[in-house]
Amino acid sequence: MTAEVTREPEGAAARPVAGGVVRGRLVRPGGVLPIVVILALLLVLIAIQQPDFFQPASLLSFLGRSAPIIILAAGQYFVIVSGEFDLSVGSLVTAQVVVAARLIDSDPGRTWPVVLLLFGFGLLVGVANGLVTTTLRVPSFITTLGMYLILVGAVYLWSDGAPRGGLSDEFRRFGRLAFEDVPLLGRLPYALLVLLAVAVLLLLFSRSDAGRTLVAVGDNPRTAELTGVRVGRTKTVAFVISGLAATVAAILLGGYSGVSFQAGLGLEFTAITAVVLGGVALGGGRGALLGAMLGALTLETLFTLMNFYGVSGALKSTVQGLIILAAVSVGALRRR
Amino acid sequence: MVTIRSETAESGGDPPLLELRGITKAFLDVRVLHGIDLDLRRGEVHAVVGENGAGKSTLMKIISGVYPPDGGSVALDGRPVSFRSPRQAQSAGVGIIHQEFNLLPERTVAENVFLGHEPLRRGLVDTRTMLRRTAELLDAVGETSFAPTARVGGLGVARQQVVEIVKALALDARLLIMDEPTAALADHEVELLYGLVRRLQERGIGVLYVSHRLVEVFDLSSRITVLKDGRRVTTVPTARTSQDQLVRHMVGRELAHYYPPRAEPGRADEVRLSIRNGANDRLRGVDLDLRAGEVLGIAGLQGSGRSALARAVFGVAPFTSGEVRLGGRPVRLRTVRSAVRAGIVYITEDRKGEGIAARQSVLDNALLAGRAVFPRWAGRAARTVRVRELLAAVEVRAAGDQQEIRFLSGGNQQKVVLARWLALSPRVLLFDEPTRGIDVGAKSAIHDLVRRLARDGAAVLMISSELPELLGMSDRIVVMRDGAVAGELPAQATEEDVMGLATGAVRGEPR
Repeated sequence: MTAEVTREPEGAAARPVAGGVVRGRLVRPGGVLPIVVILALLLVLIAIQQPDFFQPASLLSFLGRSAPIIILAAGQYFVIVSGEFDLSVGSLVTAQVVVAARLIDSDPGRTWPVVLLLFGFGLLVGVANGLVTTTLRVPSFITTLGMYLILVGAVYLWSDGAPRGGLSDEFRRFGRLAFEDVPLLGRLPYALLVLLAVAVLLLLFSRSDAGRTLVAVGDNPRTAELTGVRVGRTKTVAFVISGLAATVAAILLGGYSGVSFQAGLGLEFTAITAVVLGGVALGGGRGALLGAMLGALTLETLFTLMNFYGVSGALKSTVQGLIILAAVSVGALRRR
Repeated sequence: MVTIRSETAESGGDPPLLELRGITKAFLDVRVLHGIDLDLRRGEVHAVVGENGAGKSTLMKIISGVYPPDGGSVALDGRPVSFRSPRQAQSAGVGIIHQEFNLLPERTVAENVFLGHEPLRRGLVDTRTMLRRTAELLDAVGETSFAPTARVGGLGVARQQVVEIVKALALDARLLIMDEPTAALADHEVELLYGLVRRLQERGIGVLYVSHRLVEVFDLSSRITVLKDGRRVTTVPTARTSQDQLVRHMVGRELAHYYPPRAEPGRADEVRLSIRNGANDRLRGVDLDLRAGEVLGIAGLQGSGRSALARAVFGVAPFTSGEVRLGGRPVRLRTVRSAVRAGIVYITEDRKGEGIAARQSVLDNALLAGRAVFPRWAGRAARTVRVRELLAAVEVRAAGDQQEIRFLSGGNQQKVVLARWLALSPRVLLFDEPTRGIDVGAKSAIHDLVRRLARDGAAVLMISSELPELLGMSDRIVVMRDGAVAGELPAQATEEDVMGLATGAVRGEPR
């Protein structure tokens, strides 16, 4: 009554499962269509108010400015889709900027060793978040909140309450400089190229075996465990990606806006808002990396729009809160 | 039935403590209880027995107010009642002792006993009264080995059970439901429970005693009701029946389903997996040989260690002592990953909870094991092709392999899970209730598949609560009881043979 299990001629029993048709990829839950529509709408609103925004130069510089938050959202995506949270990224960004300034102390020769050190530190923070969450079974909300507080305190202590030293120009160029006079495009910020490189790398990862497994872990960790997945290690990898992404974001932000204790303030919530806005389910198991990154871009576009329309920047966090609540309730309603 | 009614009458004109008439219940169109009648007198121990899924738990949940019945009537002391919550049932005098206790380990005995209805004095908890009344209740059930001030977490399982019972008595329970009360107890503790039940009887409390273990049922009860497939088969005075007769009542049904032909004798030779003296906290002294080419059925009641055995081999809750050999070579299967790498796979009974990732696509679910255990970037395309072939070969019906698996029927989900494992060409397959919750058509497809895997040289172990399935599919049957192998039966065994070993009515030959 059934066909041979092991030696089925190719394509013979196409009846039951219809091959690899990627049907309705955009509209299904967790797809990227809604965020594309929202982004397009916001861009139209901007176009009405400020047509100049679409000049290649200003558009590219906008994308460059948005790069840090898009990269943070990309890192946060992996953590959230695996069923966890990373609240430590904002203070990690601050820590990295402050540490870089003090260690480089305006000496160009120290730039690259310090950059290497920052990546090491980002990795370490990710590993710590992952191990505490998975081996000690502390909820990641608490683990990373603890890490947030530890980093804030440690940085204050280490720098005696005021940032010291300074970044080298070599360090700062990633965040503030651009290739000038590029044909057709004009000014092409370095930050945008960094963003493209990170995006490509992470998109490849999200499509690899490890990346797909990560999503399955977020969906049902028990199933993953009973299939031979090392759930703890998988989640730790997600935290490490988030820590490394925060490091890249810190390098760009330090270059762009300079050294201060406010460098990364509140960025963890901006990143989480962006990820949720991009259609990624809180609690894990559903959503696309591209959606999360588009969510970050949409959020930045929204803030720009608020700026153009003269809405106070103080409302940023209120808007983020509303977006999180709205996105989560829409998800909950749809599940009913 | 008629004779029993006349016996009930001899206890006088009083209405029985509990009287159920024509209780019916359905969940989502599936009838689980068909017109159950049952009565319980004051001071009587009435046993309720039946196979897994016979409807015992549902019936007890109706009596204790967890579910309302769809039809029929419940009367306490002759007065009709309809409980809308367990709390209402409690205040009417119905207490239930579950298999899993409901105690706060860090609180004292007295605090647990009066949890939620503490005696008050001027708005504050009256600790002195609470301790005194707890002491009285403990005394009444003959328990003197611990004080009302003892911390519950420090007591053993048997004493915690006493606390549960006293907790029910503190609410003036007149009817006590005990659901598998000895499941967690050691042998010598069972004797203590017997004494306690008899003391409850003397106080005029009626006890509904739900158990798989026929020995206890015969020791304690005065009447026995047998349920099967949601129907009451019979109610008999304990003195007028035997264990054999009860087992026949519990299983009596006909074999109507078609099963694929068994392995030819002599076909199964090479011992693929062998366990010697395997033990962990759920299992003891397990010896087992699983041969290539055979389907070995594992029978046993719930909690007998069937799933624990499969899970030990699969590295979920590994053996803590003993030896496991795979193809003659000793192996250490301490994690799921090591088992999968060794060619052992486990198809869980809890498909939704730990078998599928509900919101991932059919294809992602089928690729999960390969991706996780043998990840590689280069062979991805070939692996996907192979998994797609397998999905087609096991005839998964879906709108496409990008459809989320949660939208598929249980049978199709199970086929996806199978394809996931077949992609790894396993040498040992452990099936735990492979057809639970699956419609009849998909069932026989899965039966065929299981048999074909064995014929192609895999070693198959199959756990099932459905005796016809087990008898129809297996080349041999190993029966488990209390975490150990109770005995082995040939393919020609009957349901009575299996139930006899499983309930302890028949002692197996030590192998």
